[in-house]
Amino acid sequence: MNSSFLFGLSTMAYIFAMMIYITYLAFRKSSVGIFATIITVIGFVSQTFAIFLRWKEFADLSGLGLIRSAPLTNLYESLIFFVWCLILGYLIIEFKFKNRSFGAFITPIAGLALAFIDLTGVTKEIQPLVPALKSNWLLAHVTMSFLSYAAFALSFSTSIMYLIFTTEKGKDLSYVFWTITFGCFVVILIAMGIDFLTFKVAVKPDIFIKSYLFKSSFMNPSGIIKIISWIVTIAVLFLVWKYGYILKTAIMKFNISSEILDEITYKSIAVGFPIFTLGGLIFGAVWADQAWGRYWSWDPKETWSLITWFIYAFYLHGRMIRGWRGKKIAIVAVIGFTAVMFTYLGVNLLLSGLHAYGSK
Amino acid sequence: MEKENNKKLTDKIWNFFASIKLAITVFALIALTSIIGTIIEQRADPEKNIQILSKLFGESLGPTMFSIFDKLGFMDMYHSWWFTALLILFSVNLIICSLERLPKTLKIIKDPIAPVSDEQIKNFLINKEVILKAKPDKIKDKVALAMSSVGFKNFQEIKEDKGYQLFLQKGRYGRLGVYVTHFSILIILIGAILGMRFGFNGYLNIPEGVVSNIAFSTNGKEIPLGFEIRCDNFDVEFYGASDMPKEYRSWLSIIKDGQIVVQKSIVVNNPLVYKGITFYQSSYGFIPENAGRGILLLGITSREGKTSEFQLRLGDTFHIPGSTISGKILDFSPALKVDEHGHAFTYTNQMNNPAVLIAFFDSDKHKYTGWILRRYPETGQLPEGHRIVFKDYWGVEYTGLQVRKDPGVWVVYLGCIAMSIGLFIAFFISHRKVWIKIIEDKNNSKILIGALANKNRVTLEKKIDKLISILRKNHEGR
Repeated sequence: MNSSFLFGLSTMAYIFAMMIYITYLAFRKSSVGIFATIITVIGFVSQTFAIFLRWKEFADLSGLGLIRSAPLTNLYESLIFFVWCLILGYLIIEFKFKNRSFGAFITPIAGLALAFIDLTGVTKEIQPLVPALKSNWLLAHVTMSFLSYAAFALSFSTSIMYLIFTTEKGKDLSYVFWTITFGCFVVILIAMGIDFLTFKVAVKPDIFIKSYLFKSSFMNPSGIIKIISWIVTIAVLFLVWKYGYILKTAIMKFNISSEILDEITYKSIAVGFPIFTLGGLIFGAVWADQAWGRYWSWDPKETWSLITWFIYAFYLHGRMIRGWRGKKIAIVAVIGFTAVMFTYLGVNLLLSGLHAYGSK
Repeated sequence: MEKENNKKLTDKIWNFFASIKLAITVFALIALTSIIGTIIEQRADPEKNIQILSKLFGESLGPTMFSIFDKLGFMDMYHSWWFTALLILFSVNLIICSLERLPKTLKIIKDPIAPVSDEQIKNFLINKEVILKAKPDKIKDKVALAMSSVGFKNFQEIKEDKGYQLFLQKGRYGRLGVYVTHFSILIILIGAILGMRFGFNGYLNIPEGVVSNIAFSTNGKEIPLGFEIRCDNFDVEFYGASDMPKEYRSWLSIIKDGQIVVQKSIVVNNPLVYKGITFYQSSYGFIPENAGRGILLLGITSREGKTSEFQLRLGDTFHIPGSTISGKILDFSPALKVDEHGHAFTYTNQMNNPAVLIAFFDSDKHKYTGWILRRYPETGQLPEGHRIVFKDYWGVEYTGLQVRKDPGVWVVYLGCIAMSIGLFIAFFISHRKVWIKIIEDKNNSKILIGALANKNRVTLEKKIDKLISILRKNHEGR
């Protein structure tokens, strides 16, 4: 048994669990719910084993010893670890809040993310490490960063749900905000999907982003296609704005109160923030100090993690001291996660054309 | 009258800086403005940023936007006067906010916990009522036992008219976590200022075999080191036949008053420290001008198995010991590749695939000429059975060192440790107060439990439910 077999098993388990969770939502039979949980746990356990197996495979191949061979060194491995953290966080919430409804929301993200990795051909090979990554700090820095990203991802989904749940269709700013945010996510996913279908490339993600991303839509050499892309974007945003309220009826079925959503958003951020500060910012700074002699150099990645940190500090102070609740604070949580996404992917992928990071 | 006005003004200023509104405004401002510096390359060649701005605003507006942005300090914005001002505002706000709140918090911490009335208990967010069949005197010890089994130890106890009251508080110092966190940010900023004021950040490229007593700051100014540093050797290892470096290493010597005082080989993530100055392995390169002047290190193993080593220069001739064969070094390439027509060429200006061209003679008669590549040792196998190992071409590469002196770094680390502790306390230690009253009610005991927590109330409530279930079990199982 090797790691890819187990990874495949966990992908299937999550997709299967997704279907059962949706069935559970529809029929509300507790036996179905328990079955869904069992399948999720099976997926989680096999993914855990898979990660450890890959770790072992990596260590055997690189000969660097276990601590330095954590399988967290490229996009493929980090996405897998992200999904793992997300499912872990979900299972904790299911256990603590005794509510299975989120399963229908989280398992699709997990299953689709894993399937997406398979379909797009993000390179799965164990890649050799560049000298800068050979450090004992890799393990602590990356695991903690991703644990916090997963906590922030949970807060994002609950705060978006909160907004969908509490806003009425129309010109309410909060409604416009969530429909546009949601619409942008949809547009970006569709545009990337078209890129993959058009070019059918299986290259490293950074090369994909540099040479292919949005080339079939927004960045197409043909002006007409560019214009069409923008028109379609506006149309999608308009449609989400026009019919977004339908999602509200769907979430109503989840049988959860807006207070619980608000509470989970806060709890996830309260857990994610200290982990992010310690693992992401502090350990990152210590490592940079050891590797390059600068604990802080205002490099885009560092700056974006600081921006993320300030947004969540904004959330925490707004909520705890100013006593903000409801839509206002949910919007801050959504913005916070957008910054997380940018720190994780955007900096490496979009700004890498302007700045070389980690290439020293 | 005037004094009062003055007082009002200072009050106003104080209140301005003590407001959370200002704090979150500053958070938002720092976050938003920081984005600019991640898009515009900092301290870069103007050409580069004009290009970026032309992409964003169009060809015609690019240069104009550049000059506007340049005046606003966006080309080095994290060191601009207004960003510094934001950071100062942030610090002042942090200090005054903390000073404003600290006395109140200290008072809450110092206040001893006092017994409460039945009505007060019923108003707490967590309040429970249990009735057990026994007199308070008999129940009291069981309550105490149940309390200590969920971790409520060291409680106070008083006798009241109709029974007892047991109460305690825990984790009151958890309220200080916020202040520790705030304080740690200041420590980090102080450390950063110390580093900027008394330290430097520079670089130094030293070719193999060269000595330097200076480094260079980022704007090219010379920084005296106070000692000499020599690069004895430099080497890169690649992954297999790829051009992806696996490890690069410099062998350095520190020389003081003509004496070697330290010798160390450094790699990325493992620097050399001497007298507060740290040398980091950061880059490397090939010096084309030196290509003809390096020293070639060849190991030669004759057919009979005799090994010897040679140090040669371009144009030199050597004899393979115990044979009539000699070689002449004709050419060197830092990165050799062969095109589809079989012509050899240099594909990059780095020493990725070094190769040396040697002509071989048998008793002065030319036999053959060929490239020997370091990456492919089999190219050194001669048909006569002798073997030539291309060990190094010394003196043609430089090591790129990052040179730093930062007396503030330990202060920064101290601040980081304080921040970790502060955040842990602030988020995970809650100030809990618990009161339990045991009241005689005919022949039964009514037990009232009330509790307060400044965070994680749900956890405390669960604990109290557990306490009740333990108490019930003990009571029934008597």
